[in-house]
This record gives sequence, structure tokens and C-alpha cells, in this order.
Amino acid sequence: MSALLEVRNLRTHFLTRAGVVKAVEGVSFSLDRGEIIGLVGESGSGKSVTGFSLIGLVDPPGRIVSGSIRFAGEELVGLPPARMRGLRGKHIAMIFQDPGATLNPVMTIGTQMALAVQAHGGASERAARELAARILTRVGIPGAAARLNAYPHEFSGGMRQRVAIATALLHGPELIIADEPTTALDVSIQAQILAEMKALTKQSGTALIWISHDLATVSSLADRVLVMYAGRIVESGPVAAVLRAPLHPYTRGLLDSLPAMAAPGQRLNQIPGSTPSLLTLPPGCPFAPRCPRSTEVCRTDPPRVAAPARHALCHHPLEAAA
Amino acid sequence: MTAILAAEHVTRRFSPRVTLGDRIAAAFGARVDRRPVQAVTDVSLAIRKGETLGLVGESGCGKSTLGRMLAGILPPSEGSVRLHGAPPMRGPHKITTRIQTVFQDPFASLNPRQRIGDAIAEGPIAHGLVTRARAPAMVAEWLSRVGLDPAYVSRFPHQFSGGQRQRVAIARALAMQPEVLVCDEPVASLDVSIQAQILNLFLDLRQDLGLTCLFISHDLSVVRHVSDRVAVMYLGRIVEMGEAAKVYATPRHPYTQGLLDSVPKLQLVGNASISFQPIRGELPSPLSPPPGCAFNPRCPKATDLCRRKRPALTPREDGTLVACHHA
Repeated sequence: MSALLEVRNLRTHFLTRAGVVKAVEGVSFSLDRGEIIGLVGESGSGKSVTGFSLIGLVDPPGRIVSGSIRFAGEELVGLPPARMRGLRGKHIAMIFQDPGATLNPVMTIGTQMALAVQAHGGASERAARELAARILTRVGIPGAAARLNAYPHEFSGGMRQRVAIATALLHGPELIIADEPTTALDVSIQAQILAEMKALTKQSGTALIWISHDLATVSSLADRVLVMYAGRIVESGPVAAVLRAPLHPYTRGLLDSLPAMAAPGQRLNQIPGSTPSLLTLPPGCPFAPRCPRSTEVCRTDPPRVAAPARHALCHHPLEAAA
Repeated sequence: MTAILAAEHVTRRFSPRVTLGDRIAAAFGARVDRRPVQAVTDVSLAIRKGETLGLVGESGCGKSTLGRMLAGILPPSEGSVRLHGAPPMRGPHKITTRIQTVFQDPFASLNPRQRIGDAIAEGPIAHGLVTRARAPAMVAEWLSRVGLDPAYVSRFPHQFSGGQRQRVAIARALAMQPEVLVCDEPVASLDVSIQAQILNLFLDLRQDLGLTCLFISHDLSVVRHVSDRVAVMYLGRIVEMGEAAKVYATPRHPYTQGLLDSVPKLQLVGNASISFQPIRGELPSPLSPPPGCAFNPRCPKATDLCRRKRPALTPREDGTLVACHHA
């Protein structure tokens, strides 16, 4: 069986007045049907731009400069906008961080969900609202039929995010891209949504790309993890294996930065420095200036990848524990 | 153990401001909601010399309001705050420099048009802690202490990254030579690797200066890492308070248990799994808190008693204070 999504050497750049920002620089990965991938990185690592590139929402001055995105056998790079609109929302859906910004504040939930249904095919208003109510019930909104007439401001943050998730699920897409969907929520609500997302994707066989800065969230949800740094995937593999014995020094550093990994009150094993500007990346490995293992070769040659299943983009990977 | 900073039965209400528009609308018979929001209700706590008290809770639980009252920048509606037995405020004004605050968003708390050197020197000069002539040396010393190049002294806040700005905010607070530092979500907007750097800086400075701290955060693992004792808030009240090690190892209150369960843990073995039991439902509105125990509509252990009578915060045999009928 071929993969649902096959990304090869994707490069998305932003041509700004200050120079070319290489937000995504040679990203490759594949995703099977029903699989959950966690895309992890810090701000500016290119994880969100990767997500936007997949769904064709990179606006100028940004553009995909090269690479290939094959979704269910179809090449998405260079696809005519009309065809992309036909895919977006129907076969590939996206959930954003701030549902307050993605929902229309002057339209009832029912109306905007019905519009989303009718955007792909001629369901009647009534059928569309019935579908909306059914999906809202599935994502845990009580009394969904009555709440169709409510406006977004009448919902709490967690409920609004559920509405956004329900909207993404309306057409039963094969792929959902979720960009930090629980970051703005309290932990108790985040836990509810994580449990529901996991159940929903398992029920419907939807593949999910979960973009997050939070390793712990990804570890409780995803099958595989991709760690991004400065526009590149620096490490990938099964989530438990990567987190138990990371190969890349950056992944190790991220894990060591978590307070949960140290005894209370002890200094954390921090990564020195800060993320590099994407305008002025060093010629070699972008992590070299912060890396405890870097040598001369790291400062001059960018590392390359050999094995795709479990890989680290590094000249000096850490030893993998058996 | 002597308490440096204490809150005694503090309550804080916020009344909605009635605008002219509201008054006109009311004159025409519209319903204007003038119910006050009770953000903090009857909280008593004491912070001992040299300890860090962590204050955790979800958004809207009143932790920041309580922090602002303890910092002496918000007067309580009822009850009192005492620093060494004396109130830190007279009327609406703070009258002590012994408490300083670090806020979540250093971009909002630093004046964008003020050079950071001036921002750090301003307070100590105004309060006579340093002479104008000695100020540049003091600023340079603080910048290097928080890990910034002293050459940055004439830069503006926008020239720094988020983590560096938070370092400036910490330097500015500590240049006032406070006894107590109130930190309100100081690392919430920072990336994981930068958060680790700021937490390390906080741990180092706290030890070097012997600071007493109130550390407010929604992040349970951060609070566990820095706190000696921890207080858990729910809907304006403290529901559990005790030594951090005990509260995290054996949480007593069902809300604390649920909260700790909700935190995603790093799963290092086997397949990804979700093992936690999410807390049902959502935070009730503080405009109309439920009768009895505020947590009862979401609590798996709630009984009739919980719906009728609010449990008091009472000490248990190991010293932990818990407000629950069934714990």
C-alpha cells in the first residue's frame, strides 16, 4: 500500500525585503492512512509553515520553491487553485491554534458549519445542519442541535476548539493537519481534546499531523515524531524510541530542557544560545553553534541523511540504546 | 519559621464599570449585568523566609489576582496582606520596594521607548538605592548577572528576543533589591529551550540572593521544579496547599488529582497511549459559582453534602491543607 502523503525535499521560502527566509528547507516524510505524526519544534523551526505548505495556504511573500507533495497519488505542488480548493476542507482539513480567530464572529455556528458542508457539493441547508449537529455531538458538545444557533462568543475556548475540530471532520477527510490546537487551552480541557482526537482518528481512519512545541503532548498521541530545527527535520522515528534514546543532540537538549526530566530544584541541562535567524544560517549544520558535540566538519558541511526509518540529521549522532 | 509575606482572609471583587451607554440602555429597560465577579474568595496563606511558594490553577482561577494582591499592586476588597506585619499598600498605592514583580509578557511590561539601561536604573535611582553616578556600573553588573552583554545597555526592548527581554525584566526587578519576588507566569510565553535557561537563571539568583518567592504558573511541571510548597487554586479559593513533594506524590483533593492526571507525560515505553482520566466539564462562571463545593459539578466523588456545604481548608496529619469532604 502506498503512503497517503509523500513529501519530498519540500522547500518553502519567504522572499522578504531583508532577504530570503528559508522557513522550510528540504523536508521529506511520508504518512500512512490512519497514522498520527507529531511535528515538533520551537518557534521559527518551520513546523507551521510545513503545515501551511501541505494545504496550499502559503501566502506571498512566501512560496514553495521546490519539492513535491503527493497526496493520494496527486501532486499538490503547482496544483491549480480551483483544484486545491476542491481538496481543501474535503480531503485535507486544518485545525488552527486560535479558534477565536478562525470562526466567523457574526455568524452562528450552524450557519458557518452548513456553509462548510455546502462548499463541497449540494447538500440542502437542512441536511447540512443535521450533519453539523451529528458531528458536534461526536466531538463532545452537549445539546448540539440547540447550540447550532449560538455564536462563537457564547462558547468557551475549549468548546470553540471543538467546533473547529467538528468543522474539520465534516467531510470525513483523509488527512487533518492540526497546528498547536491545544496550546491556548487549559490542561484539563487539553486532556479532554487529546483523548477525543485520538478516538476520532482511530474510528474514522483519518491520518493526523499534530504540530506542537510540546513533546509530552506528542508522546501521548502520536505514532511517529518529526523534530524540526531551522527548517529541517533533524530527527524522526517512532515516538517512544526517539524520546527514550534520541539520536540528535538537539532532541536530547529539548528533552533535557523539560523540568520533568530533572529532580526538583536542580538546574536543568539547558541548550545554550537561542534559535538562529533563518536569514543568516551558518553554512554547516544549523545547530552547530549550540551543539555540545559539534566539530569542524559541522561548521562547514551540512549533514545528510542516509536511513529514512529512524534518522538524525547529524554528523555525530548519539548512540542509540538497544 | 517566620512568615515574611502573608494574606489574611483576602477577597477581591471586580465590579463591572457601568458606562453611560449601559445607563441609557438601562433607562430604556435593558438588562445590564452588574454582578461583581469574585476573583479571589477568603484566601489565607503565608510565605516563609527563603521559600518559594508555587501557585497553580487554570485560567480564571484567580491566581494572578491573588499574586497582584500579595505583590502590593492591587488592594484586596476584604482582608489584608501583610509584609513583616505591615500592609504593603496605603489606599491604592504601593508603599514598599521590598516586593518586586516579574510578569509574563516582558514586551508589555517594558516601555518600548526606554533604553533597557534606563529601565533598570530608573527605580533604584528614584528610591535612593543608588546614586545617579553609580547607576551605570550597577546596570552593567545586573546585565551580566542575568546573562546579557553589558554592551546592550542602550538597546531598546524590541532589539531583544523573548527570552532576553525576560532577563531584562528580571534584572529590573532585582535591581530594586527586593526581599520578595512575585513571578506571574514568567516562562509561559517562552520556547522550551529558552524556558530552561530562564528557570536556571531563576534558580541561581534565588539561591545567591536568598530570595523569597511567589511563583505563579499554570504549568504544573514548572511549579514542581521551583517550589518548596505549592497551593492549588480553583474558582477563587485554595483547594489544597502543602509541601510540593507531598502534594505531587499524593494529591488529596480530587481537583488536584484530576489536574495532575491531565498533564501529558512523556511516554517513553511502548506505543503512544492516553492513560489519563480527563476532568469532566468546564470551569463554572465565577459570576455564579455553584453552591457548596465549587468543584462538585465536575467531581467524581461529589455527594449531597458537597452540593450543600462548602468544605473548609483543614490540615491533614502530614500538614497538607485540603478543602474536601471526602479526602
